[in-house]
Amino acid sequence: MLTFLIRRLFTAIPTLVLISLIIFLLLDLAPGDPLADQPLSIPPDVRQKMRDALGLDSPAYIRYLLWAKQFFWVEPLVFVDWVTGTGFSEGMQRIVSWQFRAPVFDIIIQRLPQTLWVVGLAYLVGVLIALPIGIISAYRQYSWFDQVGTFVSMIGFSVPPFFSGVLMIVFFAIMLPWFPSIYDTTLVVNDFESFGQQIRQMTLPVMVLALQTTAQLSRFMRASMLDNLNHDYVRTARAKGMTEKVVLLVHVLRNSMIPVVTVIALGIPSIFGGAIITEQIFKVNGLGQLLITAIYANDLPMVQTLAFIFAVLIVLCNLIADMLYGLLDPRIRYD
Amino acid sequence: MPDTAMPILDVNGLKTVFRTRGGDVHAVNSVDFHLCPGELLGVVGESGSGKSVTMMSLLRLLPSPPAEMRDGTVMFDGQDLLTVSPEELRLVRGSKIGFIFQDPMTSLNPVYTIGFQLTEPLRAHLGMSKTQARARAVELLELVGIPDAQRRLKDYPHQFSGGMRQRVMIAIAIACNPQVLIADEPTTALDVTIQAQIIELMKELRRKLGMAIIWITHDLGVIAGIADRVMVMYAGEVVEEGPVREIFRDPRHPYTQALLKTVPAVRGARAEKLQVIEGQPPIMWEAPAACSFRNRCQFAFDRCGRENPALTPVTAEGHRAACFLLENTSTKEPEAVDG
Ligand SMILES: Nc1ncnc2c1ncn2[C@@H]1O[C@H](COP(=O)(O)OP(=O)(O)OP(=O)(O)O)[C@@H](O)[C@H]1O
Ligand SMILES: [Mg+2]
Repeated sequence: MLTFLIRRLFTAIPTLVLISLIIFLLLDLAPGDPLADQPLSIPPDVRQKMRDALGLDSPAYIRYLLWAKQFFWVEPLVFVDWVTGTGFSEGMQRIVSWQFRAPVFDIIIQRLPQTLWVVGLAYLVGVLIALPIGIISAYRQYSWFDQVGTFVSMIGFSVPPFFSGVLMIVFFAIMLPWFPSIYDTTLVVNDFESFGQQIRQMTLPVMVLALQTTAQLSRFMRASMLDNLNHDYVRTARAKGMTEKVVLLVHVLRNSMIPVVTVIALGIPSIFGGAIITEQIFKVNGLGQLLITAIYANDLPMVQTLAFIFAVLIVLCNLIADMLYGLLDPRIRYD
Repeated sequence: MPDTAMPILDVNGLKTVFRTRGGDVHAVNSVDFHLCPGELLGVVGESGSGKSVTMMSLLRLLPSPPAEMRDGTVMFDGQDLLTVSPEELRLVRGSKIGFIFQDPMTSLNPVYTIGFQLTEPLRAHLGMSKTQARARAVELLELVGIPDAQRRLKDYPHQFSGGMRQRVMIAIAIACNPQVLIADEPTTALDVTIQAQIIELMKELRRKLGMAIIWITHDLGVIAGIADRVMVMYAGEVVEEGPVREIFRDPRHPYTQALLKTVPAVRGARAEKLQVIEGQPPIMWEAPAACSFRNRCQFAFDRCGRENPALTPVTAEGHRAACFLLENTSTKEPEAVDG
């Protein structure tokens, strides 16, 4: 298992390098001038100096290698310094956002909590709701519970977040003023009241995102359970005199989880991608919003870094999915 | 009742129906039989004759829907298994009545170890601790002839061969010393030499443990060697039943006779030509109102299409058959009647 893990990590490296290169080249092809939003009154020679300072006119491969060095070497050193208090990275040039004139990673670290709180929590809530719904729907197939579940997940499937989000705002923030429609990032949670406020402002975006996750995952869980409920080993477990609870939650569940954990793990990167729209609607200044504004502002280092981080997440989650798969299914062997 | 002992299992008028989209399938139609302590009852019949459905109905193991037990009683231990609460039924399953299934490749849960699956009933029914159950599990695996039992507890089903898996299934079924063991074609999915080994094992276990066994099989040769009584099923009904020697020596139902002719040298006379039974067993879209075998029966006459013959005693030893020919020609071989 460990050797498998190490081997997989090693084979992931060329994949990631290739991905980073492709992202870079695609962004390089895109039209746009990072200095376009600078005042027109800047004299051309100053403008040229700014271009030189940003390294904009050097050849593409130099710019790529520079970015790669900063991403794979400087930023990890900065991280090590930050954790241990050493000074390895002193004097080294970090990846700097053109838009914010500040290191990209510092901004990401600022934005990450919002995304994790809202989107990560929504995913967690979605998964935790979806699994029991899927289990019960399968066990009580065609019952009213199953019918309602089918209907709700059909809605969750077919209504995009930009619509359900606006609908939620109209109903629960305007018609019934229960929840705020805008996420207040400056809110500091330090007492019971501000905690309640934080919960309330998180509710709507979490609900919108969780609905989507729940809809997809509960269907998947249901199908997997139904598939397993027909297997012979279920009959054996019943013939042994196991309680229905044991039959369902020990025998069937573990088998049914094998494909489901893969889907859950592979869904994690899409948290960040899927958050882009929802974060816009509720004005949550998380990573999704950061990416959108960086694209508008032609902030290539930021876009490049964020896109690459998403790619790393996808590769990592694939690996996690494979490992979980093997943990749940003893028939999978890693050699 | 001709038997001296009180039956431990007494089934009366059992009816099982599958509600499908195409309509109701009457898989089991008023089946009566009983099982005495320590007895081995062989159940034979073509594929689709309702053997498995009958036995699974006893323990309500069929998923419902589509299966529905419409009628009948299954008396065991002074209670009717068809009406007891699910909890009481659960206490019978695996503890007083053990079940071995046809396909050992799919009957074990692939993601749990053999040890886990074998200790489960011991802990649930006998209240054993984990260590006690493991010790007993080792004994059981040794009893069913699995070498290196201690170590193999940690193995998963896919690490066992088909024959070994069936041994594990047998160990699970006998784990709690049941009074009744139902073996639904325990050897059909195995190759011939392994079949013989499993049959030997079952004989040996029966000698050691003395439980009553219901043995479903297609193999009349096996039945002749080990059964005390035989029950022949056709289209969800019992068409003939009786002591094994009488059934083989003097079968009364045309279906039983035909079935015996499909087997080489069971009756000693090697010279007889093997035969096949023409046609297919019917799919029972309705409860039978007439003899279900009449379309394939060379002796069928008009009455067979009007009424359904009931099981009637042939001899005092409990030999019974369901055929109108018995009334006319009670001792002679039935003659062919064009109809
Ligand atoms: N799930 C089901 N839905 C509908 N009909 C069914 C179902 N299961 C079984 N049956 C019907 O019940 C009849 C009896 O099936 P059963 O499995 O008891 O036969 P069997 O005698 O055990 O055959 P075999 O020797 O092949 O195991 C079949 O003819 C089939 O039509
Ligand atoms: Mg069968």
